[in-house]
Amino acid sequence: MLNDSFRFTPHITLEFKIGEKDFFIAGESASRVKKTLQQLGMKQDIIKRTAIIIYEAAMNVAIHANHGTLKVYIDPEVISIITEDEGPGIPDIELAMKEGYSTASHEVREMGFGAGMGLPNIKQCSDELDIDTKVGVGTTLKAKICLNNKN
Amino acid sequence: MNLRDVKEILNAEVLCCEDLLDREVKTCFACDLISEMLLHVQSNTLLVTSLTNAHILHAAQVMDALAVVFVAGKRPDATVIKKSEQSGLPLMTTKKLIFECCGLLYLNGARDSLEECD
Ligand SMILES: Nc1ncnc2c1ncn2[C@@H]1O[C@H](COP(=O)(O)OP(=O)(O)O)[C@@H](O)[C@H]1O
Ligand SMILES: [Mg+2]
Repeated sequence: MLNDSFRFTPHITLEFKIGEKDFFIAGESASRVKKTLQQLGMKQDIIKRTAIIIYEAAMNVAIHANHGTLKVYIDPEVISIITEDEGPGIPDIELAMKEGYSTASHEVREMGFGAGMGLPNIKQCSDELDIDTKVGVGTTLKAKICLNNKN
Repeated sequence: MNLRDVKEILNAEVLCCEDLLDREVKTCFACDLISEMLLHVQSNTLLVTSLTNAHILHAAQVMDALAVVFVAGKRPDATVIKKSEQSGLPLMTTKKLIFECCGLLYLNGARDSLEECD
């Protein structure tokens, strides 16, 4: 059986610029994309996972990198969330993926971030995750959510 | 239990959206970590937290939270309250600490908001 999101989803691209220490764009972009997905009649679970990935990935750029972009591609079969940044890069990805590992400052933690759960949450919410990083240059994170397999 | 009951039970002061207190409270989530909230909170959940910065509002929006209770007498600044009023998210503050708030809310029927993002 063809599900609704598969049938009606057009190709949509949403793009956001993330400035240094711009802690608000994560929430704004997650809310914006969420609205778009709701209008498309996507399933609650898909919307939630997409919003979490966007929020955490954009927040990581704002917190840990200098600046970057967030792009969200909505296609009939897949939602792709891509952040690209210029920044310090991640020296040890395996370590960074561990729950609780964080290099965030005390200041950032006081705001309720920096719990070291961002990357693990992104992994948990995505069907495919690819992180390409170069120390001293920057990081590209690509997460995918498949629309026609789960459930 | 609705938000009006919550106000009574926690002896809370309502900071905005007085007109929305009829909202029914079924689930609660208490935490000071935004990542944790995002992952576990399902729609229409009452958030109990000591975080008062503007990020909590954005996160609450992303989560479709029902309302936010600030514990330990914490209160956000006026701009946060104003924004929250505009977006229809009731805010309250109570002098009680988080443990007592959770206990009282549980006793009055609220349960955990657990929706794993698998
Ligand atoms: N875009 C990025 N650029 C540089 N470092 C990053 C980036 N994203 C994540 N990291 C590193 O990985 C660690 C873990 O990330 P995460 O799980 O999101 O936790 P948190 O953001 O709470 O620190 C961060 O503390 C940081 O050291
Ligand atoms: Mg993070």
